[in-house]
Amino acid sequence: MIRYIRRAAALCLLLLVALLVNAVRVMLVEAEELDANPANRRSAIAHWAEPRGEIVVDGRPVTGSRDSGQQLRWERTYRRGPLYAPVTGYASQTYGTTMLEHAEDALLAGTDPVLAPLPLWNDLTRGRSPGGDVVTTIRASMQEAAYRGLDGKRGAVVALEPSSGRILALVSSPSYEPGVLSGTGADVKDAWARLTASPHQPLLNRALRQTYPPGSTFKIVTAAAALDSGVVRDVDAPTDTPDPFVLPGTRQVLPNEARGCEDASLAYALQWSCNTVMAGLGVDVGLEGMVGAAERFGFDDPSLRVPSWVAKSNFDREMSPDQLALSSIGQFDTTATPLQMAMVAAAVANTGEIARPYLVDRRTTSGGTTVDRTPRRPYRQAMNPSTALQLQRLMVRAVEEGTGSNAAIPGARVGGKTGTAQHGFGNTGTPYAWFIAWAQAEDSARPAVAVAVVVEDAEAARTDISGGGSAAPIARDVMREALRLEAEARAAPGAPGAFGAPRASGTTPPARPRGAPGARTPESAPSPPSRELPVTRPRGAPGSDARTRGTG
Amino acid sequence: MTAPRIPDASPAVSPPGVRGPKRRGVELVLLLGAALISVCGYAEVGLAHDGAVPPDAARYGAGLGLLALLAHLAVRFRAPYADPLLLPIAVLLNGLGLVLIYRLDLETPRDQAATTQLVWSTLGVALFIVVVLLLRDHRALQGYAYVCVAAALALMILPIFFPAVNGARIWIRIGGLSFQPGEFAKILLAVFFAAYLSANLSALAYAGRRIWRFQFPTWRVLGPVVAIWLLSVGVLVLERDLGTSLLFFGLFVIMLYVATGRTGWIAIGLLLAAAGAFLIGSVEPHVHSRVQDWLDPYASIRAGEGPGQLAQSLFSFAAGGMLGTGLGLGHSVLIGFATKSDFILATAGEELGFVGLTALFLLYALFVARGYRAGLSLRDPFGRLLAVGLASIVALQVFVIAGGVMGLIPLTGMAMPFLAQGGSSVVTNWVIVALLVRVSDSARAPQPETADTGEPARVEAGR
Repeated sequence: MIRYIRRAAALCLLLLVALLVNAVRVMLVEAEELDANPANRRSAIAHWAEPRGEIVVDGRPVTGSRDSGQQLRWERTYRRGPLYAPVTGYASQTYGTTMLEHAEDALLAGTDPVLAPLPLWNDLTRGRSPGGDVVTTIRASMQEAAYRGLDGKRGAVVALEPSSGRILALVSSPSYEPGVLSGTGADVKDAWARLTASPHQPLLNRALRQTYPPGSTFKIVTAAAALDSGVVRDVDAPTDTPDPFVLPGTRQVLPNEARGCEDASLAYALQWSCNTVMAGLGVDVGLEGMVGAAERFGFDDPSLRVPSWVAKSNFDREMSPDQLALSSIGQFDTTATPLQMAMVAAAVANTGEIARPYLVDRRTTSGGTTVDRTPRRPYRQAMNPSTALQLQRLMVRAVEEGTGSNAAIPGARVGGKTGTAQHGFGNTGTPYAWFIAWAQAEDSARPAVAVAVVVEDAEAARTDISGGGSAAPIARDVMREALRLEAEARAAPGAPGAFGAPRASGTTPPARPRGAPGARTPESAPSPPSRELPVTRPRGAPGSDARTRGTG
Repeated sequence: MTAPRIPDASPAVSPPGVRGPKRRGVELVLLLGAALISVCGYAEVGLAHDGAVPPDAARYGAGLGLLALLAHLAVRFRAPYADPLLLPIAVLLNGLGLVLIYRLDLETPRDQAATTQLVWSTLGVALFIVVVLLLRDHRALQGYAYVCVAAALALMILPIFFPAVNGARIWIRIGGLSFQPGEFAKILLAVFFAAYLSANLSALAYAGRRIWRFQFPTWRVLGPVVAIWLLSVGVLVLERDLGTSLLFFGLFVIMLYVATGRTGWIAIGLLLAAAGAFLIGSVEPHVHSRVQDWLDPYASIRAGEGPGQLAQSLFSFAAGGMLGTGLGLGHSVLIGFATKSDFILATAGEELGFVGLTALFLLYALFVARGYRAGLSLRDPFGRLLAVGLASIVALQVFVIAGGVMGLIPLTGMAMPFLAQGGSSVVTNWVIVALLVRVSDSARAPQPETADTGEPARVEAGR
């Protein structure tokens, strides 16, 4: 019998081994897969188990948390939610996260390893740090000025600091209260249904995610291409463009809203927004040149993050000449986000170079210790510095005595460009009114702000003036606020930068034109205006008068 | 284990010859350790959940310690040679079970079970003491074989006259208390099997016909056993308690094998079991859905109906990983139904991790091993079969329920011994411990005379 008892014991041992092997399978081998199963609520429970970190604007958090006592415990609240919704996005137990709430989710929720006191500490202890804070670059007064200016009309405003790329205002209208999406109840579902069904699309972040035909504001890009490629050497010289202009290869006539556009100079064409001249210049530059120029401004870049994801602005890569002509005046398939057009204005203001736009100044632990700071990073060189300086002059002229006169600010140097984009089937929709601009205080070394405004339901007639009529005053108010803040910052001794950005030692003061010899390829013409350095002009440089009138 | 010998084991009373030490001191130290671990777990749950040690932690510890001490005294007086590991393991498992149930009570404010479970545990320990004090020799049970089987059948038939709970007719409700008589029946059946098989040992082993290579005992001998077994299984199938049915079948096969040594019986038993399981699995809808769940636990997720119970249980184990989330920090309550009873192991897996679960399994394994050890050391066949049977009950029960909640075998409702919520189960398990303590005492005690077993007396080897 002893032998049989031993065998029975061996059977029990076998059962034990089977249990242990199976435990290894479930708890160690398949664990990761099971943890990631969407039906497993554990990750969601852990995600909402602690109050999220705050999103901070101008030193004050615009977010908060409330204890719901539910399974997904801490729910998000917002201070002035509709105003900051394009910045924060929402953090919903039911519908996930968007915008900064999404892009910085790991930090806000406390899972980001940078928050751990020691490397791998949280993995080891299975703990989680308290959520860190995200300090934005947004300036509250500018944000409010833009929001007030749009006044519930459909549209968007983006303001940048050209020298650094800091996003100072990011407004989309009409907006929504993101707090109504926090939680899991039926009212959250109702709110979601209401917001998604609304014809005004309040959830759409028009500043970053909606692309519009840029209309005449795109003429800045075309002008930069014409100057950089040498198609235009003297902005004041007449161009060879007929009016009316027949689109190449078709019998379609391109109309002008402005007068006196026949053979007008580039300067006149920008000042009064001549379609014929700019379409002709675009065709002269050629498809390759125009695509290259547009891409240098950031078009066709699907990877831009601020860190919220930004929709791709489009400039077609394959077109017939008539399509190219229309694209050169911001029509046809050309579309741009308001952020993209703010970057165009910033490129002109920052002497051709675009600093990578960003929304997060720094990220901190819940205790306020800075974890990291977004550095100033160059994005692209959109055009030659001399081209930028010439365009600055032309944009200033458009404001002083052209279509953008509504944007003028006494005591400041303001450059702008209006735009009206037709859209809809047979161009029957209400045109979009655009205005892009930059402003520089008279006593300042560099422009303080670049701004793009788009208003969808502008009530003005289908003239180019609508951009100047509806959008330009909004841009003016935002820029005025920016100049006031800059002046304040300069008045305060020891202030780091105009908008709180630390001036990194490596950052070149943007007032000085960039591009010392050797830094540029010989093809890039014209060379920067510089009195000290010998001017290298490999082939066909523009007239010297363009340079001598450069601003300093 | 290098504990000093207990002083009261004076040479005056020890008979000539080799004998095992009593090791009661070891038992006491281990009992204190078991109570301490349980109290630490209790405090940890409070710390993790509320940030403070539960106010009644000391009371809980004192109560558990007192119960353990009383049980220890009973063993010291009436079963001084008993295996010193059985009682501490039982106390530790019961204490951990109380901790886990208390921990789950925090998540279900409307369903408080820990206090009830503590009352049942007290009752169980009281019964343990009674059995140890009153049952002086396990061989006394041998004479009650037919009383046992009659009582077992009565207990199993009784719930048929009571309303079904959760699809199974295994409960008796009297007043506020519910009792699962089938739990207790398994001990009675083990006693009956042991008594009957030991009485007919030679007839089973050596008489009968030989068909091809298998030797069958005569129907006269085997008939009653098979009949009673069939009856019990039939009753269980009617009551839809498949776990217990499986347990009885396994118990029967193991005890028959140990008694006769016929491998053929195992083969036939397994074939019968497979055929029965297949038949029931494909015919009975309740069992059929369990089998479907086992084959694909995530089917309901794909169907958009959310995770089923087994999937939630597996999520729970997976969340535990190697070291677990820590007591009080898991989310096994997501399983929803029967978290404290059938699925209590999921909480242990999630919060104590693979390491903690392995420790639990090893505790059970050690307990079973001590039971088998007692069976090996005993000289009388009844005691041997009883020890093996009782230990096998625990082993099979752990395998059936642990394998079920971890997706190794189809899930059948059954209580994890000592851990799970359920009064009848806890009380029954304490009686099993009492009986094992009793037989192990006989196994290790010095023999006054050569036992009349028909086998030569075996000399205990040390230990």
